[in-house]
Amino acid sequence: MNVLQDKINSFGIEIIFPETETPTQFLTIEISSENTHKLISELKNNPDTSFDYLFCQTGVDFPEHMEVLYHLRSTTHQHEVVVKAKIKNRENPSIDSVYDLYKTAEYHEREIFDLFGVKFNNHPDLRRILLDDEWEGHPLRKDYVDEINIVEL
Amino acid sequence: MSVKKIHRIKESQEYFVNMGPQHPSTHGVLRLLLTLDGETITNVEPHLGYIHRSIEKMCEKDSYQQIVHLTDRMDYLSCHMNNEAVCLAVEKGLELEVSDRVKVIRTIMSELTRLSSHQLWWGVMGMDLGAITSFLYGFRDREMITDIFEETCGARLTMNYNVPGGLMFDIPANFQTKVKEFITHFRKKLPEYDQLMTDNVIFRNRTEGIGILSKEDAISYGVTGPGGRASGWNNDIRKSHPYSAYNKVDFKEIIYTEGDSFARYKARIQEMWESMNIIEQLIDNIPEGNYREKTKAVIKLPKTEIYQSVETARGELGVYINSDGKKNPYRVKFRSPGLSNLNALNTMAKGGKIADLVTIMSTLDLVIPDIDR
Repeated sequence: MNVLQDKINSFGIEIIFPETETPTQFLTIEISSENTHKLISELKNNPDTSFDYLFCQTGVDFPEHMEVLYHLRSTTHQHEVVVKAKIKNRENPSIDSVYDLYKTAEYHEREIFDLFGVKFNNHPDLRRILLDDEWEGHPLRKDYVDEINIVEL
Repeated sequence: MSVKKIHRIKESQEYFVNMGPQHPSTHGVLRLLLTLDGETITNVEPHLGYIHRSIEKMCEKDSYQQIVHLTDRMDYLSCHMNNEAVCLAVEKGLELEVSDRVKVIRTIMSELTRLSSHQLWWGVMGMDLGAITSFLYGFRDREMITDIFEETCGARLTMNYNVPGGLMFDIPANFQTKVKEFITHFRKKLPEYDQLMTDNVIFRNRTEGIGILSKEDAISYGVTGPGGRASGWNNDIRKSHPYSAYNKVDFKEIIYTEGDSFARYKARIQEMWESMNIIEQLIDNIPEGNYREKTKAVIKLPKTEIYQSVETARGELGVYINSDGKKNPYRVKFRSPGLSNLNALNTMAKGGKIADLVTIMSTLDLVIPDIDR
């Protein structure tokens, strides 16, 4: 895991490997939302890392910031990494799309836009995917108020 | 004037046709907006969400034991694997090691689920292409598996057999006999599937070279499962990240390189043989032990992040749990195989005919509740 960490450090992009008490499942990288596309593009195209498979992309809503997670796997080297992009502007979040690198991001990003309200720049077709076009709000945000209270227990 | 008009009619003109939401070959409530030029497809735009039930939002209010029951309703044909994914994730978070007995029973049940899912797929695929008999054959053999499920856990479709820490009940006394009976029966019947469909000229003409997906596209779109493996991509989670008892069994990863509909078809048929091999290796050696480890009534995971993937009948199902130490998860994400597989539909169907789209949809083996969640 450390070899991979050194390789990613050598890209010269400002990143943090967060310190945790217990070892994490994957090597985790924290990065600001502005540099995310640059880093992931390097991770994919550099032959030392060649992360060519985005197996999961999702968002998490924290009280202070919004986070977009990229779970990446390399089909040649069989290693995995998690990129956590922090978006500081929680009210009006936006980040660059990775559709040009991974086509699977098309639906995943539409889903994150639908449920979290994160805007993806340069996405070819950013519309709601699961909910109605007329739906108000983004349900997976923690401040979303469900008026009908279907999910309240 | 009239000459000009006739000329205009002969010009090609694009038009739109809605396929679905209530269309038999979409296997559920999915609407495909087709852009057609004559009978040639120029664009397919899936519209989903008709049966979105906000399972991920509901998970944030539920305890970990309750989440297991919601996952049955995603990909109902791979319900056992969906349950297993959540249970493995929770067990990983609790650092709880289940007994070998549980691991082996889970693996046998997973493979039985895969067999029953592929049997249903095979029957329905034949029916999509106009062969009614295959549907009856598929359901005849599937009935034996659902009977085994019914005796084991009381349900035929949504099984809820897994709980965090093990299994809901122990296996019944005649479980091994019944499973062995089924395997002997199905080893004789599976060659009939080949005789009926695989070697049929009409079937071959309708599948060979149809809906080609290259390996690069398969990886880029994340098309996992038999769909990705038919394009030459070795993406089997059972091999690359073995869970339960898959590291103890010997089986082949089925890979074809053609990437067309027939390769996807062959991959599933061969997978059925492999599933039977796996079950035969395990069924006589179910170790003794607890069928369930004791867990607290209220499970609280430590502050952690867990990702667990399993190989369902359709591909890689990932469960991402972000826990903040409370009894409910902070965020749960299901990386469903169907959503990524559907994403590749446009690439595969573009340039083909409408009838080919039905073939491609069949060989992708989409289950709509899995896509919409």
